[in-house]
Amino acid sequence: MPCVSPDGKPTSSGVAMLQSLKNGPSSPEEVANRTGQPLFRVRSGLRELKNAGFVDETEGKYVLSEMGKTTV
Amino acid sequence: MVEKVRRMSEEIKKEEIDLPILGQKAPDFEASTTQGILRLSDYTGTWLVLFSHPADFTPVCTTEFMAFSKIYDELRKRNVELLGLSVDSVSSHIAWIKNVEEKMGVKITFPIIADLNKEVAKKYGMIHPEQSKTETVRCTFVIDPESKIRAMIYYPLTTGRNMNEILRLIDALQTTDKHNVATPANWKPGDPVVVPSPVTIEQAEERVKQGYECKDWYLCMKKLSEGQ
Repeated sequence: MPCVSPDGKPTSSGVAMLQSLKNGPSSPEEVANRTGQPLFRVRSGLRELKNAGFVDETEGKYVLSEMGKTTV
Repeated sequence: MVEKVRRMSEEIKKEEIDLPILGQKAPDFEASTTQGILRLSDYTGTWLVLFSHPADFTPVCTTEFMAFSKIYDELRKRNVELLGLSVDSVSSHIAWIKNVEEKMGVKITFPIIADLNKEVAKKYGMIHPEQSKTETVRCTFVIDPESKIRAMIYYPLTTGRNMNEILRLIDALQTTDKHNVATPANWKPGDPVVVPSPVTIEQAEERVKQGYECKDWYLCMKKLSEGQ
């Protein structure tokens, strides 16, 4: 269940993770709790969203990037 | 002559199989799966059952996948995730699990690694040439939340695994971790557990007075309290 489609847009699970980041900088564990998705999938998904430019990461906490903010 | 020896040496090396060691860190990997790119480190903090199967669209594997799917909820109650693997492609995995859902009515919700280049399979000793030079045998690795290999089961291509044994194994390992005990043959949750053997003569003499159910100083059992 990749979080970014081949066309570069976030999938439904990717959007759910992005929306959960509206609460502010969050760890993968916090995103997993909010979205109900398994932790392994959230870790993988956030990595993918970061590589696609939707989120930024600092010391294990993820935040919406400017592109992420305009997406959700 | 030198060239012949070199070729023979290379042939021998090709046949060598890396096998993980109990208690050591599980070999790291990053792999394409039916749920995106996954790394072993994505499972840090949870238990993981990593298992291989010989090939998609084969009969024994299909029965195993349905059986794994049926115990997935039970595993997740125990903080255990499932991750399958074979040397087939992601497209093949997707076609197969869609077929299993359509024809057998079982939805496979855990990810499956597409190990086309056998990178993960080689790290975990999943290819046993006497069974098949190209397919993975039926390996099951139980990896703990600190990414250590805690148990390994290897089955041949012809024999499907027993899901009750996998659940029992997880229960036994988690009971050992929680209570610092061992589990006897055929143990199942609720049965008495084995108290670790004494390591000094003083402990051995005291052991039989400590209220355990002892056959002798080296074989003492105890019941865990309800809910433990």
